[in-house]
Amino acid sequence: MSEPVEKKLRLATTSLAGCFGCHMSFLDIDERLLELLPFIEFDRTPLTDIKHCGPCDIGLVEGGVCNAENVHVLREFRKNCKLLVALGACAATGGLPAQRNHLDLADCLQEVYVTEASLSRGGIPNDPELPLPLDKVHPIHEVVKVDYFVPGCPPSGDAIWKFLTDLLAGRSPKLGHGLISYD
Amino acid sequence: MVELSWKLLLNTLVQRHGRNPVRLLQMLREVQESKGWIAPEMIADLADWLGLPGSQVRGVADFYSFLHTGGPCRYRVLFSDNITDRMQGSEALLDYLCGRLLLEKGRVSEEGLVSVDTTSCTGLCDQGPGLLVNGWAIPGVTRERLDQIAELILGRRPVEQWPSDFFVIQDHIRRAGILLGSGLKPGEALRVASQRDPVSLLEQVKASGLRGRGGAGFATGLKWEACRNAPGDQRYVVCNADEGEPGTFKDRVLLSRYADLVFEGMTLCAYAIGAAEGFLYLRGEYRYLLEPLREVLNRRRAEGLLGRNILGRQGFDFDIEIHLGAGAYVCGEESALIESLEGKRGIPRNRPPYPVTQGYLQRPTTVNNVETFCAAALITHKGGDWYRSIGTPKSAGTKLLSISGDCAKPGIYEYPFGTSIRQILADCGAEDAQAVQVSGPSGRCIDATEFGRRIAFEDLPTAGSFMIFGQERDMFEVARNFVEFFAHESCGFCTPCRVGTSMLKGAMEKIAAGHGTACDLGEIEALDRVLNQAAHCGLGSAACNSTLDTLKKFRPTYERRLKSLEFEPAFDLDGALARARRMTGRDDAGAHLETEA
Amino acid sequence: MSERQEFLLDGEEVPFIPGQTVLQAALSAGRYIPHLCYHPEFKPHGSCKVCTVKSGGRTHASCTLPARAGLEVDSATEEMNQLRRTLVQMLFAEGNHFCPSCEKSGNCALQALGYDLGLTHAGFRHFFPDRPVDASHPSLLLDFNRCILCELCVRASAEVDGKNIFSLSGRGIGKHLIVNAASGRLADTGIAATDKSVAVCPVGVILKKRVGFAVPIGKRRYDERPISAQALEDAPRPPAATAIQETQ
Repeated sequence: MSEPVEKKLRLATTSLAGCFGCHMSFLDIDERLLELLPFIEFDRTPLTDIKHCGPCDIGLVEGGVCNAENVHVLREFRKNCKLLVALGACAATGGLPAQRNHLDLADCLQEVYVTEASLSRGGIPNDPELPLPLDKVHPIHEVVKVDYFVPGCPPSGDAIWKFLTDLLAGRSPKLGHGLISYD
Repeated sequence: MVELSWKLLLNTLVQRHGRNPVRLLQMLREVQESKGWIAPEMIADLADWLGLPGSQVRGVADFYSFLHTGGPCRYRVLFSDNITDRMQGSEALLDYLCGRLLLEKGRVSEEGLVSVDTTSCTGLCDQGPGLLVNGWAIPGVTRERLDQIAELILGRRPVEQWPSDFFVIQDHIRRAGILLGSGLKPGEALRVASQRDPVSLLEQVKASGLRGRGGAGFATGLKWEACRNAPGDQRYVVCNADEGEPGTFKDRVLLSRYADLVFEGMTLCAYAIGAAEGFLYLRGEYRYLLEPLREVLNRRRAEGLLGRNILGRQGFDFDIEIHLGAGAYVCGEESALIESLEGKRGIPRNRPPYPVTQGYLQRPTTVNNVETFCAAALITHKGGDWYRSIGTPKSAGTKLLSISGDCAKPGIYEYPFGTSIRQILADCGAEDAQAVQVSGPSGRCIDATEFGRRIAFEDLPTAGSFMIFGQERDMFEVARNFVEFFAHESCGFCTPCRVGTSMLKGAMEKIAAGHGTACDLGEIEALDRVLNQAAHCGLGSAACNSTLDTLKKFRPTYERRLKSLEFEPAFDLDGALARARRMTGRDDAGAHLETEA
Repeated sequence: MSERQEFLLDGEEVPFIPGQTVLQAALSAGRYIPHLCYHPEFKPHGSCKVCTVKSGGRTHASCTLPARAGLEVDSATEEMNQLRRTLVQMLFAEGNHFCPSCEKSGNCALQALGYDLGLTHAGFRHFFPDRPVDASHPSLLLDFNRCILCELCVRASAEVDGKNIFSLSGRGIGKHLIVNAASGRLADTGIAATDKSVAVCPVGVILKKRVGFAVPIGKRRYDERPISAQALEDAPRPPAATAIQETQ
């Protein structure tokens, strides 16, 4: 990395229907995070605890879209981020949560909240505070336009590092053999 | 007792077909016709009889639209779903019948009595909307007719006892030329040929410049010659009467009124190439023609025009058998047709080798269109030079057109090649045409600026479908109908067609639902490229034509449907919450996702 | 010795034996053309179309295109690679390919092809088809979610094992793999874990039970070296005449 720049790139991250594994992998770039800091600053991320995303250069989105809240957050990111990146298998394909897609949502809710004995109190919750689930889990590019995809479950720290440094250097990010991984 | 009856049925029909696995499709079709469906036990029994894996029998049964393995149903009503049927109100009529029968489209009623669904073009475009009841064609459907049909169904009256006037199909021959007006008598061309040796017949056909009438336009004489010269002891003649291209019905008329000419042409081909066996592969939609055609064959046998020593010529043996298709457009592709003749799934083969060297049962086979055989009979009778003098230098002879859509006189028109679209439109009384789909969905869509173009291999080649769209018609809906057709008829063998036609259908649905954007047009163009470049057969590579053409020539009809946004979700977000709303009983603001402004 | 025959692949001469297809000859000569449904031990199938090349201004599946002297073939072009990427994306979007939870990950040809072509995502709207899993067999698992319809198992079971365990049913986007048992369950067939049809599956449809993750993720076949390198090692050399004509 070279000299610090005058205006840092602003970066936001979020996890939708994901497990935060991709965020862990982001932290897995380890001490190289310090090398990034002269060039980027964080907006909304689990690190800053900023609740809403402001205008940003890059948005990293982990996880697929499984409920109404995911849609709102994703739209907020799309609206505010110049470049939107699908980070990891769930954002790119729906991933593990999408494996419920062959089940009927009504059956799922019935099974979890009504049939299952340990949760039998109260039935299916109707609290407006709770986001409603979509009938299927979708990759994020089916809901908003996505500029880049970094595959992997999670993408390795090296892949994330390569992706971001390419981007910072003004190159079109290119993950070669060993860095593109779908598992 | 019930069990015994189907065992008996299977036994009889398997014996009748000589326990020959090559006849599997014919057996399945007969089981379907007599039982209303093909039950798992029947599949298992057939497999045992024929020494085939049960899964292979099931695979064949599930390939063809008119074979049903899901459960019994006494009356299967299928509305023809070509764009011309839709223009004649088929969609509202289908809903009407569903209402009368208290049915949901595509579902069999609870007691297994009736189902109502759509099927690809049934070839009744000049007298639509058409439908099939248990495979029997009914033209000119109206509400009154549907009322009668509903009564008959609810009264459980067998289809054979329905009023015969329901099933009367008109020929609508509007313009006859050398072919339709030839007046050639049965055996007349054959007598001419049998005076000479087979090679001189071949030379006549080559000299005539005749090219295949199925659309591709391969030189008929060269095809016959290649087949004649291919190594092998047994050769076959196959007539492709799987007239599946939406909008075409000229073979229906040829087979109804000119069957002798068709069989005569096949027999001449057999003489020229040295074949003893021939097949007419008749599309399932023309089931009603099976018995009349068999009668013609019997008469020809009695007259010495088929069978052993035809016309007394020693060693000139040839006979024809009719095979019925069962609802698969792809079988119009010659190698898929051969697979289907062999009792398999209708998957186009890898080529080379071509059918002329390795066709039916891997033996040399000539496959020609119905109309090609008719033309060959004329050529034999009147000579190749005579034929060549008609039409244009590169497209000899005449072409039958099946004209439908927005015109006063739909029907069959015979024109010399080189006739302009404008002339044809004037003749059939199409005063207000905005576009013509030439050669069906796999052909080309031309707009009014191109009406000076001509029907010819060197300009607008055509297999005969000619659908006219007036100024009021929405060309986006036309393209969408064609895209749905290809998705329904893709055999599923190759990736680009199997997946691509479905994706194309999805993109067109999204635009139709008002959620399309410029991105979706880009996706359509990308899919068109993949289909065009990588599809296995003509079906797949033509599946992009309708969107390609209409995007180029009628782009505003797409654009006025697009959202101004650069991007729209691939699915209806708020609709995707409906189920959860129902389960939770919520309807607050948070329980909805509005479209983004 | 007959005269050595050659065609041009991306401008370089490739020798062939009459009867070989372009793909067969190329692989034997150490030249890679991306492919998926082709397997050196079976007759070319020509269904996935990933091996599409351009020759004489037209596109052809190279696995079924007979090699001819003087043929000029373009394969390693951006146009062809873009086509291949789209085809592989289509296959990913068509099925349910959740690599992170698949035992075949790292040994999967579809996945490896995606890596090699630089695909970062499947794009398109995912079909999310409903395809049940068949776990009935004591030693084998059938996960139809990952089927790419290459028919290698169908071919291997019929031609090598002589068992006809697998067939295809349906058509169009509804085409699917079925097994030869009245119950439709693998347990009721005569398949054995040692069958060729089991070993030949290029993706994670036919899996052996109780041997999962014997090799850890990250240390598997295509983690080590890309599929382009491995395919060349698998190719018969010196060129065996697994010619299209002869195997027919």
